[in-house]
Amino acid sequence: MNPVDTNPLDAGAPLDPLPGHSSRGRLERVLRRGEFAVTSELNPPDSADPNEVYERASIFEGWVDGINAVDASGANCHMSSVAICALLTRMGYAPILQIACRDKNRIAIQGDILGASAMGVQNILCLTGDGVQAGDQPGAKPVFDLDCMSLLETARSMRDDERFLSGRKITYPPNVFLGAAINPFAPPYDFRPMRLKKKIEAGAQFVQSQYCYDVPMFREYMKRVVDMGLNEQCFIMAGVGPLASAKTARWMRSNVPGVHIPDHIIKRLEGAEKQKAEGKRLCIEIMQEIKEIEGVSGVHVMAYRQEEFVAEIVHDSGVLKGRQPWKREPLADSAIVAERMEELVDEQKQIPAEMAENAASNT
Amino acid sequence: MARLETWTSKLRRTNAKSDFQPANVSPHRRKQRSFTIRLWVVRHARFFEWFYEKFANLFLFLHPFWKAVGYHRAEKPVTFVERQVKGLLFDCRMCGQCALSSTGMSCPMNCPKQLRNGPCGGVRANGNCEVEPDMPCVWVQAWSGASKMQTGTDKIMAVQKPVDQSLRETSSWLRVTAEAAQEKESVKS
Repeated sequence: MNPVDTNPLDAGAPLDPLPGHSSRGRLERVLRRGEFAVTSELNPPDSADPNEVYERASIFEGWVDGINAVDASGANCHMSSVAICALLTRMGYAPILQIACRDKNRIAIQGDILGASAMGVQNILCLTGDGVQAGDQPGAKPVFDLDCMSLLETARSMRDDERFLSGRKITYPPNVFLGAAINPFAPPYDFRPMRLKKKIEAGAQFVQSQYCYDVPMFREYMKRVVDMGLNEQCFIMAGVGPLASAKTARWMRSNVPGVHIPDHIIKRLEGAEKQKAEGKRLCIEIMQEIKEIEGVSGVHVMAYRQEEFVAEIVHDSGVLKGRQPWKREPLADSAIVAERMEELVDEQKQIPAEMAENAASNT
Repeated sequence: MARLETWTSKLRRTNAKSDFQPANVSPHRRKQRSFTIRLWVVRHARFFEWFYEKFANLFLFLHPFWKAVGYHRAEKPVTFVERQVKGLLFDCRMCGQCALSSTGMSCPMNCPKQLRNGPCGGVRANGNCEVEPDMPCVWVQAWSGASKMQTGTDKIMAVQKPVDQSLRETSSWLRVTAEAAQEKESVKS
């Protein structure tokens, strides 16, 4: 472990933010130190069982610098991203809270930002969100009260100016590292780098891109971004992911909004004997290519329903260069929580039936 | 065991039986007409930029008149005219805080996500909308309109504030005029 990643006063205590950092999070530390960061995405469960979240997070342990908690991605209903983040921070993981503007208005979103930060969330990714037509409940009302840009600005002013959108004062600001998404693979192509600039002006400190399968196109985009000097104002992470088969690739291309997969990729998958293994190999190759592109600060591995391969992909691609990301980290309120946990263990167990009986006999 | 009937499955079942399929369903109740006029306006964004500048100056010139009549009394007729004219040209949604000169003369409120700060990541490869596949993306149009305008490419980079929903159905022309007049006075004094 890097010596700057431990608190000099107490190795078990949470880290203090370094000068110039806006969060206490490890993702910001890793990025600002100039290391190649790796993040991944947790497939949210369709369940109310916290263990499912813990299980799904445990496979990333020691391989990623941040875990994205997706907010009903593709407009499909799952466990909420705020709840997933609450569970993850409780266990010491470093989640990246995604907020989509599709489902919540500005009142709910600002409340969520405060709540999430109170739970120990250090990174927030501001998204517009897919349209409701893409999901399992196309009859839902699309909210889109804010858009990703005004959401970024709102979050930034909550953090820096310590004020809500209305101007009302916040007593303790949400000290978060703000992120956004980019899609270099959708028209209007020449406006995309300028849109990134706009996002940086609105407050984005890091960005994660849509699935990158067209490396030449991404290289072209990055060239323009580097020319504009945007990579110095913002950390750019490229989105990658293994394709399970040529069939899934075709399905994704036509059904997932904003995904661009060139024909030669699909042809290559079709030609392979074991399509799944080929998909993994392809992902590793793309990661190695992306790593060398100027201005790229990390990768975001989206292995939907193939999360178990993330560790292998990250290891084989060698993007970590031997570095091992933190497994877990303490929180600011860990001491209070630990105290309560101790009490819980020592406390006499309360059995509702017995308590009712006692209450009945006392009267 | 019989399958559990949920609201969704019930809807799916009843829908399958019906012959009725609504045409051109839009979550935002888009006006059912072609985009011909809207696209024509974007193609002539430079002209409309020039025209609006003159028009805004005229309104500002009339500020004493508006003040004499009373802005609140002028509101109703001006809103009516504004709704008709902008409705025809831009498919205006009367958000009351017009951003047309910053969005290449393509009204951002026609975007199904009502994005006011640029295209989302879901734009199809052919430049059409993710939500309404038959509609050209409002923001692809905005970019092409802005590149035709004199100040369009600078203005499109301004981060727009979230829509103030309480200003809906009010006149954007009068608000802009009143604000400009106030600014002019504050400069003078």
